[in-house]
Formats: sequence, C-alpha cells, structure tokens
Amino acid sequence: MNSEAEGRPVSPVAGRGRLARFARKYAMQIAIVCVLVLLWAFFLWRSPQTFAGYAIYNSLMSTTPYYALMAIPLTLVIIAKEIDLSFGSIMAWGMAAYDVVFLALSPTNPSLGVWLGFVACLLAGLLAGLLNGVIVVRLGIPSLVATLGTQYFWRGVVLVVTNGQGLGMTPVKATFLYPALVGRIAGLIPMQFVWTILFAVVAWFFLNRHKFGAHVYLTGDNTESAKLMGVDVARTKILTFAIVGAAAAFAGFVVSEGVLFLWPTLGQGALLNTLASVFLGGTSVFGGTGSIFGTFVAAFIIAIINPGIVAAGWTAYWTQLIYGAIIVVSISVQALLRRRLT
Amino acid sequence: MADLVRMRNISKTFGEVAALRNVEFEVGSNEIVGLLGDNGAGKSTLVKILTGYHQADPGGELYWKDQKIDHLSVAKARDLGIEVVYQERALADLQSLWRNIFMGRELCNRWGILDTEGMRSTTQRLMSTQMGFTSSAITPDSVVGTFSGGERQGVAITRALHFQAELIILDEPTMGLSVTETKKCLEFVTGIKQAGKSAIFIDHNIFHVHPVADRIVVLDRGTVAGQFMKDQVSLDQLIDMLSLVARTGTLQANNRSAA
Repeated sequence: MNSEAEGRPVSPVAGRGRLARFARKYAMQIAIVCVLVLLWAFFLWRSPQTFAGYAIYNSLMSTTPYYALMAIPLTLVIIAKEIDLSFGSIMAWGMAAYDVVFLALSPTNPSLGVWLGFVACLLAGLLAGLLNGVIVVRLGIPSLVATLGTQYFWRGVVLVVTNGQGLGMTPVKATFLYPALVGRIAGLIPMQFVWTILFAVVAWFFLNRHKFGAHVYLTGDNTESAKLMGVDVARTKILTFAIVGAAAAFAGFVVSEGVLFLWPTLGQGALLNTLASVFLGGTSVFGGTGSIFGTFVAAFIIAIINPGIVAAGWTAYWTQLIYGAIIVVSISVQALLRRRLT
Repeated sequence: MADLVRMRNISKTFGEVAALRNVEFEVGSNEIVGLLGDNGAGKSTLVKILTGYHQADPGGELYWKDQKIDHLSVAKARDLGIEVVYQERALADLQSLWRNIFMGRELCNRWGILDTEGMRSTTQRLMSTQMGFTSSAITPDSVVGTFSGGERQGVAITRALHFQAELIILDEPTMGLSVTETKKCLEFVTGIKQAGKSAIFIDHNIFHVHPVADRIVVLDRGTVAGQFMKDQVSLDQLIDMLSLVARTGTLQANNRSAA
C-alpha cells in the first residue's frame, strides 16, 4: 500500500510476502495438520483394510469427543496461564448431582427426573469450576495445587454421595436428550462429534472475536500489563475455570449416556488425553498463545494413535511409547518454530 | 492556572515501609511536570495511586478538576482521562499490534463482539500518522514482541494519545532507548504539550527531563524535597541541588545559602 502511494512499483514479491505472512501466522496450525495427515497416511499405508473403511472413523468420531469436549474449553484456561487438573473428577461430580436428582424424582416422573438431573449436572459442574477459579484468583493459590486438591475433593464427594454404586442410564433413552446428545445424524455422524464441532466453533468465536477472548489472551500474556490497562484479570480467569467445569459436567453426561451406565470412576482416564490435546495443539504452557483449531486437531491425533498401531499389526505395548514420542517431538518442534518466528 | 489534578496529604505504607509520606502534588492543565528522584524515592508509587492501581492510605485526598475522587480504580482513572505509558511492561509481547493498541478498551458492540476490522484500520492509520512506522515489515497484525525499544515506546505513547488522555504519565520512557529513539520520545512529550494536554514525566535522567518540563518536582525518600519552575532554575543549578538532595535528603541548606 505504502509503496504504491510513494509511486514505486509494487514488486512481484508482495504476493509471495502475503503467503509467507499467512504461513508465519498460522505455522502452528499448519504443522499440526501436517502431523495428523502424515500419521493418517502412514496408518492407511500399513493397514488399508482398517483405514479405508468407515467403521474406524465412526468410532473415532464417537469416542474422541469424550475428552475433546473438555480440551476445547481447557485451552482457554491454559492461554490464561492457569491449569486445571480437576475436570476428570468434575465429570463424575456432575453425574453425582444427576444421580441424586434423578433418584429423587424417578418413582413419580422419570423423564422429568432425567431433565432436571441434566440441569443439576451442568449447574454442579459450573459451581465446581467457579470454586476452582475463586480459590485460584481470590486466595492466590497456584492453580496446579488448587485443582490437584479439588480433584481429590470432588472424587471423594462422588464416592460418598453414590456410595460407590453405579447407576443405569437407560431412562435417558426415553427422552429427547438421548438422540440429541449421542444419536446419529443419518445413521452416520455421531452427535458427540457434532457437539464437539459446536463447542469448537463457539469457543473459537469467543476467543478470537469477543472481548472475553481478547482478555483471556492478554491475561495470559502479561497479567501485570493487562491489569494496568484495566482488564479485569480476576473475572476473566474465574470465568475460564467455570466454563471448563460446566463443559466437564456436560462431557460426563455424554460419556455416561454413551455407555448407558454411570460409573463412579467416570473421568479417571481423562486427564492425560485432555491435557495432551491442548499442549500438542500448540497452546503454550507459558500462556498468551494457543488455538482452538490446534486443540481440536490434536485431540484426533491422540485418538488415532492407538487404533492405528494395533491395526498396523504391532502389539499395543508400542502405543504409549509412540504416543509419548509424538507428543515430545511435536511440542519440541513447536518450541523451535516459536523461537524462530518471533 | 487551574489544577488538573491535585493530590493532598498522600501517604502510602507497604507493611513497615513508608513509600510516601504526606506528599502534596499537583499538575496544572497543559503543564508538563518532570518528576525526578532516586530509586525508591516513591515516584512510581505516587503515579500508581494516581492511576488507581494502589490506594493511598486514609487521609489522602485526590481531586480531578476540583472534584474529589474517592476509590479511584484503574478503569475509573482511564475514564477520567489519565493514561500511563509504562516502559516495556505495558505491552503484551505475544499479541498483535492492534490488540495492544486497544488493550483493555477493545472496540466492540454491546454484546462484546469485537470490531476487528475497525481496530485494524485505526491501527494502520495511527502507524503512519503517529508512530512513524514506515517499514512494510510491520503491519497491524505484527506481534509486538519483535519490535525495538523505540517502536514499543511509540506504540505505548500512541495508545495514550489515541484515547484522548488529558493527563499522560510517562514512567521512565527513555530507559533502554538509543539516542535517536530518545529524541523521538522527547518529541512525543513536546507533542503532548502542543496538543494542549498535561503530562507527568518520570525519569532518572535530568538531561531528558529538563528540556521538556515546565516544572520539576524532586521526590526523595517518600517526600517532596523541592520543586522549581523550569525558567527559575538552570540545568547546572538543578544538578547541584539534586546531588545535595542525594547527600542530605533536603534542599533546605541550599535554599538558605542561596538566600
């Protein structure tokens, strides 16, 4: 623009410059998509009979959301330079609230019990998330420690409330909640996947096109300057924790409904997959940068590894080794990319 | 000259440390006040009270255009038109230029949805008219972490001017700047005067403060050690006085000997 105004001809490099700028700006996202495509191509080559059929994608689309639904909002917490370890327990705590409400109402009106139980589940999750935020922000306890504590606390509450007993979820099948949350569109696309996309789009919008997201980035990037410039850092952080809490409760409901049974151990395996999705997706542990798109793609990278290895004919013993290697290599490459680009 | 800001009997203690003791301080309208003092003299604390970041101890009073202000917050101070340019610290390094310009005051509609295009184009305009960024390598989407010290200072000052601040506080703006960047920064300060605004210019470096300030206030160990109109004091006299303050903590000896 400037060079034109000054009467100099626009060089042909300008077009390439824009491409280079695009590549630079979205380097992380491009890199993560490349990793997914390479992995997929490798597995397709090793075991076409599995990866050329629809069944594997059907199963990926229905199981990945179990942690992707939490990884997406968790990205906001990490961008704000905090961490949450308690969401796995909050999944179960939300369902404990469902359990209590449903059992109270089921003798008279089971479907009302399901609906109110669902609402209670979301509210319980929101409350637990708010509590995390308040402990971290108002008491100034590092989130790693605070949420390690609430992780045990909520798990304990679940065990006490449910007495360690599970609960059948079949009554949900009679309500609209069942097709809405775990049904299939045209018998092909699982609703869990649709909800994950919805979560991602909404989270992306609020992160990149809303004041709240702008404040999340500023809070994580430079808390001090954000405060000096009038950003309500405390409210922003509490809100991110609250959103993760509500999302965890939602995910807990979806998982329990998917298997039609509520296990008191619900969410115990969720921690590592969820955190790995966020970090593998290019969100910096130092706060201030990260993308919802990266988290979304990374969740599927993590999902594809296990079936891919088994289908490729190796023993599942290799899974963890390769899983760990891919994560370490990817985040190292990201760190190098980040250093070179900024 | 009507006072834009008047601070009366301001004290501030942090635990057992008294950072400020009964300070009286004012800034006139369209006046550039140089605030000098050693490390720990209380310059930054005074400024942070004025911007609502710290609250003064009970008994202190703050007037803005003769209106008494209670419980000043950062947001309230910005609404009044008090803007601070902090060296380095006030930029978010990993964010783009436009997000930094509009930090904490994003353009958005009433649902909070950002006007990203509006912010980008305003930033683009400010870059050529105010910041003097001509390099095509810098766009509104450039990340400010890659900028030089002078460029960052330009961003911070432009941000303050853009939001119609009436009082701009520059907290050691020349620290770490090269000679030409410092010159540019001082030009910004004279620009503030010409635009009819007021400024508080905090610096260690008397050679930077003296040429641009109308009045110079010297703080020492939490109290006002003395103040001078610039035309009443030459640079050499000022240096002598400051070294006296540094030794004795007061200007009294000097005043008496001068009289």
